Amino acid sequence: MKPGRFVRAVMLAGFLFLWLPILLLVGFAFSADRIPFQWGGFSLRWFGALATNERLLEAAFLSLRIAAASASLAVLAGGGIAFALARFGPFRGRALFGGLIGAPLVLPEVVIGLSLLLFFVALEGLIGWPAGRGAFTILLAHAGFGAAYVAVVVQARLAEAERSLEEAAMDLGATPFVAFRTIALPLIAPALVAGWLLAFTLSLDDVVIASFVSGPAGTTLPIALFSMLRLGLTPEVNALGALVVLGVVSMLALALWLLGRRQG
Amino acid sequence: MRRGVLLAPLWAWLLLLVAAPVMILVVMAFATAADGVPPFTLGLRFAAFAMLVEDFYYAEALLAALRLAATTAGLCLLIAYPMALGMAGVQPRWRLPLLALLMLPFWTGFLLRLGAWIGLLRDEGLVNHLLRSLGITDAPLPLLYTEGAMLAGMVHAYLPFAVLPIFTALIRLDPALLEAAADLGARPARVFFSVTLPLTLPAAAAGFLLVFIPAAGEFVIPELLGPPEAQVIGRVLWQEFFQNRDWPLAAALALVLLALLILPMRWFQKLGAST
Amino acid sequence: MLIATALEKRFGAVRALAGLDLAINSGEFFALLGGSGSGKSTLLRVLAGFEAPDAGALTLDGQDLLPVPPWARPINMMFQSYALFPHMNVAENIAYGLKRAGVAGEERRSRIAAVLDLVGLQGLEARKPQQLSGGQKQRVALARSLVMRPRLLLLDEPMAALDAGLRERTGLELRALQRKTGAAFIMVTHDQQEALALADRIAVLEAGRVAQIGPPQEVYARPAKRFVARFLGAANVLEGRMQDGAFESAEAGGVIASGLPADTIAIALRAEQIRLTGADEAPCVTGVLEDAAFRGDDWLLIIRLRGGASLRVMHNEPPPAPGSVVGVAWGVAAVVPLFA
Repeated sequence: MKPGRFVRAVMLAGFLFLWLPILLLVGFAFSADRIPFQWGGFSLRWFGALATNERLLEAAFLSLRIAAASASLAVLAGGGIAFALARFGPFRGRALFGGLIGAPLVLPEVVIGLSLLLFFVALEGLIGWPAGRGAFTILLAHAGFGAAYVAVVVQARLAEAERSLEEAAMDLGATPFVAFRTIALPLIAPALVAGWLLAFTLSLDDVVIASFVSGPAGTTLPIALFSMLRLGLTPEVNALGALVVLGVVSMLALALWLLGRRQG
Repeated sequence: MRRGVLLAPLWAWLLLLVAAPVMILVVMAFATAADGVPPFTLGLRFAAFAMLVEDFYYAEALLAALRLAATTAGLCLLIAYPMALGMAGVQPRWRLPLLALLMLPFWTGFLLRLGAWIGLLRDEGLVNHLLRSLGITDAPLPLLYTEGAMLAGMVHAYLPFAVLPIFTALIRLDPALLEAAADLGARPARVFFSVTLPLTLPAAAAGFLLVFIPAAGEFVIPELLGPPEAQVIGRVLWQEFFQNRDWPLAAALALVLLALLILPMRWFQKLGAST
Repeated sequence: MLIATALEKRFGAVRALAGLDLAINSGEFFALLGGSGSGKSTLLRVLAGFEAPDAGALTLDGQDLLPVPPWARPINMMFQSYALFPHMNVAENIAYGLKRAGVAGEERRSRIAAVLDLVGLQGLEARKPQQLSGGQKQRVALARSLVMRPRLLLLDEPMAALDAGLRERTGLELRALQRKTGAAFIMVTHDQQEALALADRIAVLEAGRVAQIGPPQEVYARPAKRFVARFLGAANVLEGRMQDGAFESAEAGGVIASGLPADTIAIALRAEQIRLTGADEAPCVTGVLEDAAFRGDDWLLIIRLRGGASLRVMHNEPPPAPGSVVGVAWGVAAVVPLFA
């Protein structure tokens, strides 16, 4: 079925709507003007200003560390949970198990953030750990909801890879552990990587949950950006936006190119 | 049993990071606010809920949140359906690039995209600049911190989530069905309304809910782009917690929000099970 | 060689195996025949070790198999989906079991080469499963099992995923391979033609139990139960009872046989052993020709008997017009008494 002219026009308008603000953000990052989104001639001065903005740099560095650590934890937990759901057959409390891993996908962020904060406060009151809130509690919170996303991605992949592959491996002499290592793990590896990237991005992008569970020592990049944006857009933030967009687009281009090369 | 050894840490993970926090949220909603660190005393009181009922401010915040979520989801659906139709209609080799184009904004930073809207819409922003240099207006139009700005930001953030399920349903649609309808005498418009649309309606509903559910609790976009009077529940909860330090009230608000979302969530689950 | 005794397996309310007994001889080609839900797949999975029976015993050459996990059983299985590892090429798939068994170096290479030669897949070592045709995939799966030199090979619907045109030849190749390797093959199938054509012995399964076991010709010619008679080649089954030495069937419309054992409750009649009677011959029973379909070699006739039962008859000449009253007859030897 060929799409009509109206459909094509809406599609174009939709993509324009999605991309125009982003493209303008990139373009005006190279403007010399002090006011963002005003053209004052080509300049890299705001990238320079960004490079010396200690507060943003520190926050970015902290965010990257939290994102990498929480995504790794999330892959371990979410991958394990997905494997249990896909391969362990019926076990006691399976429905609750599946419901709990799915919950962070549907709960509003403010609810997740508030409930995790209350949990950390209660835990500290009960056992004195974790002492105070900061980077570590953000890491745990992000790992908790990142695991939900990892589990979804890995479960989809495991559902595709039939169970009989692991049985065939066992039939040929592999113990369950060896069958997991040589058959299941290589097959879900792409899903684990995708899940890691997803959890990483979500962590890097989260402001609501992090705001709840962070303390004074836990200013992540989104928390810093949020407080800056409350006052409006600064040229440094504009420059940061351009860097992120260019970085993501070039990563994607690289990935597509690699994929195309492998297939071709 | 070996399986139990593997399951135990996973159970611990889920119980600690998902189940326990929600339980504590419930406990907190029945506590009473107090001065101190932390600022509450435990107990089984309905003070927080009573406050929610007595003060219309909270009911209005709930309504405002539902209205914002429904408007956002409706607008997204209106744009997403034709977009998905267009994306499904292109040659298959263009589908993946278009899909990448659709999802890529998601990876470019939520707050930075809101920053772009601020740059566009504020008084000395690009739109006002253009309007003035074209001589259409003299004084800057108040664009930022309006309902319109908030909706633009909401739709911008959530649109891809509405397109995805519809697009998937459309490309899974058996082309033979459309050919059969045409063969039986239906013109293209008739084919669309009698075959394509009914068969993708569950996906459209899923797209709507995929936007509605998270949008109902949204805090950041109304805060950064919306007018001060757009007191949606996410914002109110935030203020009760961070500014008024009324933890029980914030917890009660969270529970009420959850209760309101249970129906849409179940509906979404049902749609997911049927497709 | 393999002896299964009183195997029981329940899945919730379903009794997949209901006290099943079975003995397989070494080196034979055995077919397990049954419809869906007959327990044939469960039995295969119990033999391979993927399911533990709730009760019963299982021994291989006197060794108790039940405590032995799948990876340690000297039994290999070919999966219906073939279960070829998609991330490994043909050679790696075949090498997988050898690696687990610690077979390395020159021996591994020569055994892989030999088995590729055996199934006729030389030159495809480096292909990935996605790059193979259905028939080639089947042979890789076979090679992957055979390279382990199992005493017993289980084949789960080995031909189900193949095109109809390929099945016959592949079946014959399978039997030739079985003879060459000397391993016992247990093939699960729902296709009676396949089972009859290939197996040394067949067992017909019904509701988790063996309904009848024996050489194909014997089971085919002398079914013991209504179920077996209907399942194998759609024989006509006419219900009735013995009275004063004569078998009387109300649904056929009278006495249709005699001299059968007193506890006969039905008889089986093969369609190809029934003929239309000429004018000078007394029919066994009469009926109305309802329908006739030309099948190439013969016609299939559907005859409604006076008592209401319908009879399938193979006929070699152009049949009379539908609606005619016809007489049918059969030889004494064609009547198979059924007791269950």
